[in-house]
Amino acid sequence: MVMEIVCPAGTPAALRAAVKAGAHTVYCGFNDETNARNFPGLNFNRAEMRDAVAFAHRHGSKVLVAINTFPRAGDEAIWHCAVADAESSGVDAVILADLGLLDYTARAHPGLRRHLSVQAAAANADVINFYADTFGVKRVVLPRVLSVPEIAAINAETEVETEVFVFGGLCVMAEGRCSLSSYATGLSPNMNGVCSPASHVDYTEDQGVLDARLGGYLIHRVNKGEPAPYPTLCKGCFTASDKTGHLFEDPVSLNAEQLIPQLQKAGVTALKIEGRQRSKSYVAQVVQNFRAAVDALEAGRSMPEGMLARLSEGQAMTTGAYKKTWR
Amino acid sequence: MELTVGPSQFFWPAEFWSSFYQDLAQSPVDHVVIGELVCSKRLPFYQDHIPDAISALIAAGKQVALTSLALVTLKRERKLTAELAEMGVMVEVNDLTALAHLPEGTAFTVGPLVNVYNEGTLRWLASRGTRRVCLPPELPLASVETLTRTAGDLGIAVEVWGHGRLPLAISGRCYHARLHGRTKDNCQFACEDDPDGLEVRTRDGKPFMAMNGVQTLSDSYACTDHQIEQLRAIGVSALRLSPQSQEFLRLCALYRKRVDQRLPKGGVAKEIMEKTPDLRLSDGFLTGSCGAAWSGEMIP
Amino acid sequence: MSEPQIPIPHCPAPLAAALRVLPLAPLSLSLTMFSRKIARNNPGLFQRLGAYARADFVLDPVDLPIVLCLSPDNGRPKVILTRGRGDGVARISGPLAALLGLVHGAFDGDALFFSRDLVVEGDTGAALALRNAVDDAELDLAQEAAAFAGPFSRPVQQLVALAERQTGLCLTRPEDATIW
Repeated sequence: MVMEIVCPAGTPAALRAAVKAGAHTVYCGFNDETNARNFPGLNFNRAEMRDAVAFAHRHGSKVLVAINTFPRAGDEAIWHCAVADAESSGVDAVILADLGLLDYTARAHPGLRRHLSVQAAAANADVINFYADTFGVKRVVLPRVLSVPEIAAINAETEVETEVFVFGGLCVMAEGRCSLSSYATGLSPNMNGVCSPASHVDYTEDQGVLDARLGGYLIHRVNKGEPAPYPTLCKGCFTASDKTGHLFEDPVSLNAEQLIPQLQKAGVTALKIEGRQRSKSYVAQVVQNFRAAVDALEAGRSMPEGMLARLSEGQAMTTGAYKKTWR
Repeated sequence: MELTVGPSQFFWPAEFWSSFYQDLAQSPVDHVVIGELVCSKRLPFYQDHIPDAISALIAAGKQVALTSLALVTLKRERKLTAELAEMGVMVEVNDLTALAHLPEGTAFTVGPLVNVYNEGTLRWLASRGTRRVCLPPELPLASVETLTRTAGDLGIAVEVWGHGRLPLAISGRCYHARLHGRTKDNCQFACEDDPDGLEVRTRDGKPFMAMNGVQTLSDSYACTDHQIEQLRAIGVSALRLSPQSQEFLRLCALYRKRVDQRLPKGGVAKEIMEKTPDLRLSDGFLTGSCGAAWSGEMIP
Repeated sequence: MSEPQIPIPHCPAPLAAALRVLPLAPLSLSLTMFSRKIARNNPGLFQRLGAYARADFVLDPVDLPIVLCLSPDNGRPKVILTRGRGDGVARISGPLAALLGLVHGAFDGDALFFSRDLVVEGDTGAALALRNAVDDAELDLAQEAAAFAGPFSRPVQQLVALAERQTGLCLTRPEDATIW
């Protein structure tokens, strides 16, 4: 069975590019706070979603809709409506994180396939099986804190399909459990679907030195000619005791391309690419690359050399938690 | 209004840990949550002292709960989590894995690291046996009010984060180990050097966060001094005070006076700032523009 | 790890020289008319700007002596060229080739930004909205220009093709397969 490439789409154009580039599955979100990439100019209105699903299905690709923020008290109807509209658009599954929303969807839309978002941070077989037994979850997106042997151990103990991130931005914190962004800006992934939001970013360049601030906090200071990372909090340069550096994570992005054979052996069903906020050019390039990789693996050929370095943040890559020494 | 003492987030030497809880038995608080929240590697150092601490607290009339870990991944951690229910006290779920191991129908409490953001989640938790919920610290007052109303209908007591460094993130990676150039498996317990977390500053010197092993905390100490009347009015039943290594009993006594209306609004913050002028306070998650904001006078 | 750079062609010197002396008012007017035509053909572009549909943007091709001030004005856009700094909520600066490549989906905005070929100042949220809206619109400026030229459509297309070959600038939308 060839591994499923699950690819991001922030816009209808990106979805078409992904499908044409060979994505088995595309995931996207509605243009509101119900999804964790609620960025300006991004995402799908209801009509665009219907068209996108029809387009993908015509080309043999699936569409997943991420409704993976945590509904605001008093406004759950917005999230319930998103689930209902996803179902009526004909999507293949919804990706959920909130307990209340999972419970609601299982009861009100039992025929709609449910995936557990990485935002639920389900990091072991016991809790994954609990989600499956309680809410009928068919697939879990594993948090980016696990090593390959740990992923293999999880797959040995669960019938739930696993999907893992292989490329793109890397959360160093357990997702869905992080309020760094709202501490500095008032806006968080859990509540607002944004992390380190652009609205609170301030760049100032002075004589070739570029300062990037978020909510007034200096996150990066780089010299002329150095790569300029986006001021994501957990990848900032800070000082603790007598050390200054990237104390939490370097401004790198995840690339587990060369680990695909090991991930397949570990029983992983689907490979997920991060980046609904990235352009269709990015999406097309990454998908082609990963599709070629899984096709090569399926045909017993060696893995193609990666060509993706220049698309990455800070233009440096890591295999993240998949290798245990990362911790 | 009641006072709850949350689990210590830090790694303290066993003797210190023990005497902290022996002293706490004599303090004017109502509930105590005890056990290891942050890192399973710390537990063997003080595990044997837990039963005595629980006994002393119960003997002093406190309601006691035992916390789960905040992030359960390893086999050893799953086993620890499964064994929580056998300790004979209420379990506080801070990772849903703990709930997976509780026999159905067992009463439990929910800690601030479980994402309880809306009424649907509260209702589902109630259906599973929740009696008490400490809401996530990042919730604004409006959400707290809506949730407290629903919780009232469901017979659930609601707590909010009352005081202490805010738990902002949890990771698979240990930052204390990373700072010392070690891996998590060979951390040599670097976090023990910082009994209240290690200050993290921006490159232009602004205090921002505090490092605590795999956990990241706020630099500022959350303080609900200015919101207590509002919180009581909307039906919040308890404030959660998070343990710190210095002057914690005094802090408990201060909040006791404040919630019993023997100290005016602003009295807690005033006393803290007089005693520890270097410390920063915040209450922005409840009523400000961001978590780090503080509604009182800025500390110069 | 090596750090591959994105090859970005330079704007031809004669164009820069011409823009130093040409009167900008008629050029601004033509660009405004052109942008309105694009707006009519791509209403989704302005919907996507959302809260920023009335924000002013400054696009600064750093290899040209002018900047382009774009006011989307909720679907009735206006373009003003100026030799000053221009005024807007957000400024996006970079080589003309990078800006054109971005419009045509040949480059990834984030990648250009990480490599500092693009610099964003002011309201980053506004810049992001514009980037995302343009990325979704799948614009082809040459095709729009040809359509705009009416009866001169064919000569315009030929001229664009010649210019593209001569300069290496990305003036048309590349076929999907040849992106990157």
